[in-house]
Amino acid sequence: MVKITIDGKQYEVENNLTIIQAAKQNGIHIPHFCWHPHLSVSGNCRVCLVEVEKMPKLVIACSTQVAEGMVVNTNSERVVQARNAVLEFILINHPLDCPICDEAGECKLQDYAYKYSVGQSRFDFEKVRKPKRVELGPNVMLDTERCIMCSRCIRFCDEVAKKPQLTFTQRGDHVELTTFPGEQLDNPYSMNVIELCPVGALTSRDFRFKARVWDMSSTDTVCVGCARGCNMKMWVRNNEVLRLTPRNNPAVNDYWMCDYGRLNTFKHVNAANRIKAPMVRKDGRLVEVGWDEAIAKVGFELKNFKKNEIAALGSAYSTNEDNYLLTKLMNHLGVKRIDFVPHIRKGEQDDLLIREDKTPNSVGAREVGVRPESAEFGFASILNEIKAGNIKALYVIDDDIAADPVIADALLKLDFLVVHASNENETIKFADVVLASSTYAEKYGTFTNFQGRVQRNKPAISTLEHDRILDGMALSRLDKFGAPNDRWTTGLKRDTRASWRILNSIAAVMGAKWKYNSCEDVFNEIASTISSFKGLSFLKIGTGGAMLNKNKETVTVKS
Amino acid sequence: MTNDKSQMTNYMENQKPIVHRKDLHWWEMFYIPQIIGGMKITLTQVFRPKFTRQYPEEKWNPPPSFRGRPVLVEQNGVERCVACGLCSRVCPSLAIDVQASETELSKERYPVKFEINMLRCIFCGFCEEVCPEEAIVMSKEFELTFTHQADGIFGKDKLLIPVEKLKDRLEFLRKMR
Ligand code: SF4
Ligand code: SF4
Ligand code: SF4
Ligand code: SF4
Repeated sequence: MVKITIDGKQYEVENNLTIIQAAKQNGIHIPHFCWHPHLSVSGNCRVCLVEVEKMPKLVIACSTQVAEGMVVNTNSERVVQARNAVLEFILINHPLDCPICDEAGECKLQDYAYKYSVGQSRFDFEKVRKPKRVELGPNVMLDTERCIMCSRCIRFCDEVAKKPQLTFTQRGDHVELTTFPGEQLDNPYSMNVIELCPVGALTSRDFRFKARVWDMSSTDTVCVGCARGCNMKMWVRNNEVLRLTPRNNPAVNDYWMCDYGRLNTFKHVNAANRIKAPMVRKDGRLVEVGWDEAIAKVGFELKNFKKNEIAALGSAYSTNEDNYLLTKLMNHLGVKRIDFVPHIRKGEQDDLLIREDKTPNSVGAREVGVRPESAEFGFASILNEIKAGNIKALYVIDDDIAADPVIADALLKLDFLVVHASNENETIKFADVVLASSTYAEKYGTFTNFQGRVQRNKPAISTLEHDRILDGMALSRLDKFGAPNDRWTTGLKRDTRASWRILNSIAAVMGAKWKYNSCEDVFNEIASTISSFKGLSFLKIGTGGAMLNKNKETVTVKS
Repeated sequence: MTNDKSQMTNYMENQKPIVHRKDLHWWEMFYIPQIIGGMKITLTQVFRPKFTRQYPEEKWNPPPSFRGRPVLVEQNGVERCVACGLCSRVCPSLAIDVQASETELSKERYPVKFEINMLRCIFCGFCEEVCPEEAIVMSKEFELTFTHQADGIFGKDKLLIPVEKLKDRLEFLRKMR
């Protein structure tokens, strides 16, 4: 530990830190473009210049190590002048096309120019022109003119993604970012360079021109693309998910997420094939009915079967709460056959984030009781028993099990199939009752990732069940100030319900006396009955998650 | 402290005393001469030249400084607007809705949808002031009547006006800059 003084205040910090790290730890922001906490130090942008007493020149805070008794000044007259000069330099060839730039509103250069520069340029010559609208890879668009040559993107590819694909060519004001000959920016993590890029040089091709950042709300939630459960923000405008961006969590995903998760875990939420209301099969066709009718139908039909003729499939795509209540309902009915279908793609895994288990909650589903007591009740045996005609009714939540043709064949044998589904899929083709369930973007809940970390997800899309304002969901400017008849509030509000709530209603018609008013009630019960969840609460999980207890005895869920 | 107090007393002293109006003279209370005076004014006006405008038959051409309904400037057959959304952001009455999309033109962005809710617009001109492209300007049009709420939402079809027709305002804006 060394004692240093920053802006007149003394701090004690570890001696292997740089000035910028020490300042950051103590809540002092030193402006920077090229420095990033998780990348190597490059020191090329020069905007982090600070004054250190007894040093003749200003030094860059990102590469100067702290030393005992160091006196740092981040705001002295010299620093302010130098910073302004650096910004003036950077802006010499910047095209200033903020009106057409997707970064506007979350651009470091905009922010710093606004805060630290005098807002004037003495340069009145023609700016250097470079290529615009360059498709750098399948997901990333480059505007070479906007690039300020900070090299963050290059370092990310080299150091984090471990796929050197980007480089600079030329010199001086003709420097251009480009891919190596014959290469594209197509590594599985390529889109992280979009947030890394401090300006709008690298933007998302998927999100391109969809919305202004200040018109969207953002909700802290987690990705459901694989068992990692990367922390992320979900950006919504007019009740439609428009993009996902990673959220820093050092215990799970640092600052990153993979392109697959970013692009493929939200489109089904907006999709046209969403199931808008519960459906019951009448004369061979699925027809939309009210919730009461659908729930009464399920209750009525299930009573016709003996308990060993029923089986249930939970889902690793669903939350802990959904799976817990499915277990509890089956216990109430005396049904022993319960399991879920794993979705593991062998080998599709790497050392950074991506896991071969493509569901977010296998650990959680198992922990809360969606697991057979022995192999004879497991999924393989359920399938065989269905084929043999011994299991006549099946209850499936939130999983398109019939996407696998072998399972689809077996489903034909059933007398009664209930499916919770958010989108039209293969499984509903066999269903007798389809219950319109909410996606993860529309409900509260918790997932347990492969490390055993319990993480919360929150609704970002409002449904008839969750009102944006009354339920404290994230609001955009338009949500706050628009009237209900404004055209930006006309986004679809679907009549879907979280699976745990549907199960709660079904339990009620089947004679169970449960009292859950919110998802949190269900979670609190999990925390009090399942030892690995002991001591956890929504508050404790917070936005960063909390680990399951390690030394646990397994407890079976009572009805 | 003392200063505050002295200010307070000053303030009290500066209060004007309640005014008692003088009672009317008996001649003034006898109101017939006053009525005759008033009639005289009215009668002289009847024989003076009229200056009332025969609106709506006779139209008024407002000066360039006039802020009529905001319109989009159309140049060479396309809107100047790049759908940056700044007008929508600055509009104090949330009247503007812009949806951007990509175009092959060098401006890269254009508005696929641009709507102004004329029932919300308060004719403040902020949109015109903030626009980086001089693409939205206040026109001379002020006659806006609707028979249905939805008619108050003007889309690109009603908003786009060729640049030639907006010369007055554009020149005025350049002068005032
Ligand atoms: S593209 Fe962005 S991240 Fe890459 S060097 Fe240029 S400014 Fe930096
Ligand atoms: S690694 Fe997994 S959890 Fe993370 S973003 Fe990708 S799919 Fe989502
Ligand atoms: S004139 Fe004012 S109120 Fe009307 S659209 Fe423009 S900014 Fe909005
Ligand atoms: S401010 Fe101008 S360029 Fe931007 S969206 Fe409005 S009209 Fe278009």
